[in-house]
Amino acid sequence: MRHIISVLLENESGALSRVAGLFSARGYNIESLTVAPTDDPSLSRMTIVTSGSDEIVEQITKQLNKLIDVIKLLDMTAYPHIEREMALVKVRVPEASEREEVKRLADIFRGRIIDVALDSYVIEITGEGSKLDAFLVALDAFTVLEVVRSGVMGIARGEVALQI
Amino acid sequence: MSESASSATAITGAEIFCRSLEAEGVDVVFGYPGGAVLHIYDALYRQDKVSHVLVRHEQGAVHAAEGYAKSSDKPGVALVTSGPGATNAITGIADAYMDSVPLVVFTGQVPTSMIGNDAFQEVDTVGITRPCVKHNFLVKDVKDLATTIKKAFYVATTGRPGPVVVDIPKDVTADTCVFEYPDSIHMRSYNPTTKGHTGQIRKAVDLILSAKQPMIYTGGGVILGRGSEALTEFTRQLGYPITNTLMGLGGYPASDKQFLGMLGMHGTYEANMAMHHADVLIAIGARFDDRVTGNIEKFCPHAKIVHVDVDPSSISKNVKVDVPIVGEVEPVLRELIKGLNEAGSKPDAEALATWWKQIAEWQAQDCLKYDQTSGLIKPQYVVQKFWELTEGDAYVTSDVGQHQMWAAQFYGFDKPNRWINSGGLGTMGVGLPFAMGVQFAHPDATVGCITGEASIQMCIQELSTCFQYQLPLKILNLNNRYLGMVRQWQEFFYQGRYAMSYMDALPDFVKLAEAYGHVGIQITQPGDVEGAIREALAQKDRLVFMDFITDQSENVYPMIPAGAGQNEMILV
Repeated sequence: MRHIISVLLENESGALSRVAGLFSARGYNIESLTVAPTDDPSLSRMTIVTSGSDEIVEQITKQLNKLIDVIKLLDMTAYPHIEREMALVKVRVPEASEREEVKRLADIFRGRIIDVALDSYVIEITGEGSKLDAFLVALDAFTVLEVVRSGVMGIARGEVALQI
Repeated sequence: MSESASSATAITGAEIFCRSLEAEGVDVVFGYPGGAVLHIYDALYRQDKVSHVLVRHEQGAVHAAEGYAKSSDKPGVALVTSGPGATNAITGIADAYMDSVPLVVFTGQVPTSMIGNDAFQEVDTVGITRPCVKHNFLVKDVKDLATTIKKAFYVATTGRPGPVVVDIPKDVTADTCVFEYPDSIHMRSYNPTTKGHTGQIRKAVDLILSAKQPMIYTGGGVILGRGSEALTEFTRQLGYPITNTLMGLGGYPASDKQFLGMLGMHGTYEANMAMHHADVLIAIGARFDDRVTGNIEKFCPHAKIVHVDVDPSSISKNVKVDVPIVGEVEPVLRELIKGLNEAGSKPDAEALATWWKQIAEWQAQDCLKYDQTSGLIKPQYVVQKFWELTEGDAYVTSDVGQHQMWAAQFYGFDKPNRWINSGGLGTMGVGLPFAMGVQFAHPDATVGCITGEASIQMCIQELSTCFQYQLPLKILNLNNRYLGMVRQWQEFFYQGRYAMSYMDALPDFVKLAEAYGHVGIQITQPGDVEGAIREALAQKDRLVFMDFITDQSENVYPMIPAGAGQNEMILV
């Protein structure tokens, strides 16, 4: 089963490689991993999307907790939560009709065109991974030059909060 | 200059290193100098609080530090230079990681300004060691040095112990700042659990008392957690049978009637059969290693399992358990004893009598018996004699292979911290440097190294260190001219195709020992074994290398073949 694990860890050099190294050394899956400092600059928050049986995910959380740099973590999957991912998509649109159609599709998916060049658009789109997938499928008829995906971020709904 | 002004004088990083070690109560560092650590060596030279032992290879330094730590209640400390110094130390660090040995390893590093430039003797030590340390640090500023050393010792010795590497660039050891060593340290990201959960302990007590066919299975955690006394009390109070893992030997007195011997691949028939038929398994400080469980699908099929361990990730990793208790072994055992005393009921005496009767039948197999009629020296016999003549009270190290199993089977350890071997990583070559570390921790004790002619050659250069420091080790080389365990597997599973398991050109070990300044004896007749060991033990101030020419065809029995269940042992 797919799990989203959010981790608060010391914002120190090497902390990211400890987590990444743990996953490769123990053969755990990583679907995506995002990390950035939090409002407290001494802390980083990482979101890991992984998958595995309950036993494996239990081991993943235990092994993560065992890392000295990890302060706290939360398996979002156990709570109502929101997940978001952003994609930046560069599409070739040399014809006026294509520009129109891509603009229309972007609007439908609540994406925004954030760069306009002579014959290409860059579209910014946010949502759950499946929505991003659907948008890319919708763009199949066009020439997609580049796709950048941020990886998943997650936050629990309501009272539950991952903080120290 | 006033007193307070002088105490606030800035000193170099190298001096801070020495003062920090002194503050940690470190009496000996095992190491080898090199460019990146020259400032540190100069500072060590100019003080007399912390002594330094010069090994002959950095691997030996880390293993010696391990031997020191495993046989005592203090962490081991090693110091090596950057680059090859650090890479040579890796095997020891990985060994310590697998066996949870509290160790602080200091590595020199190229100056901070040159890091990442492929400088002379540069490696990414923090990167290379990351997968095999409990934690590691790169100190980039001399102001962080003392605190980092404090953290390193704290992390290495608390919770589930393990090796910590501190990588110190050369400029940091030359830079100066005021020395202040913290009295205590708090790390928001590291708070190991000590006491067990009360509710879980209550559940465990109920389950333990409900058992009809109980089995206690304990590992190295009992020794690391100094829980032997509590374990002995707990086990005797219950009257239940007990087995120890390879790492757990000495955690419970081997001479006690409730002890069924070691379990696992080369454990006793009775221990493995009792595990297989147990209805309640009490696992303490053990990690259900594959050499213990055999085929995990067939492991303890009837048992409800209580598991006490300080490391939550050890629990339900390989085998799902019913009552997990996260906590330090000693306090949890004390709580369990208290729970037993307060419980309304007692163990089921009738069921227990039947269970012991069954166990006695398994014991009657006499699974460790071996044939002594060949006229050749049997390796088991050498170990048995060494045990007898040292009255079971020596510190014993081993290397890895057949001799290790025979040492574990035939030297009955009644006390913890006496049996020093490489269980998890299975590192050939550890025996001699382990023994050096043990002798430094216990200068007056008898320290034996049970080894084989292949393993001993992997760190043979340390015989030179032994001469420099006059370490009177007793080396028992069980020389069968084969990589014995490899040969055994080739005999059993590869139709006797002995690929590369025979050593064609062995040194004359007697001359070799003498070349290093020691005493060497070769023993070829069973009748001479006892006399040789007596003679070696009588040479109190000399290292004696006993080269026993043993039966080449001897195998380690009993054996659970890989993939088989605990009840599917090969007996002799």
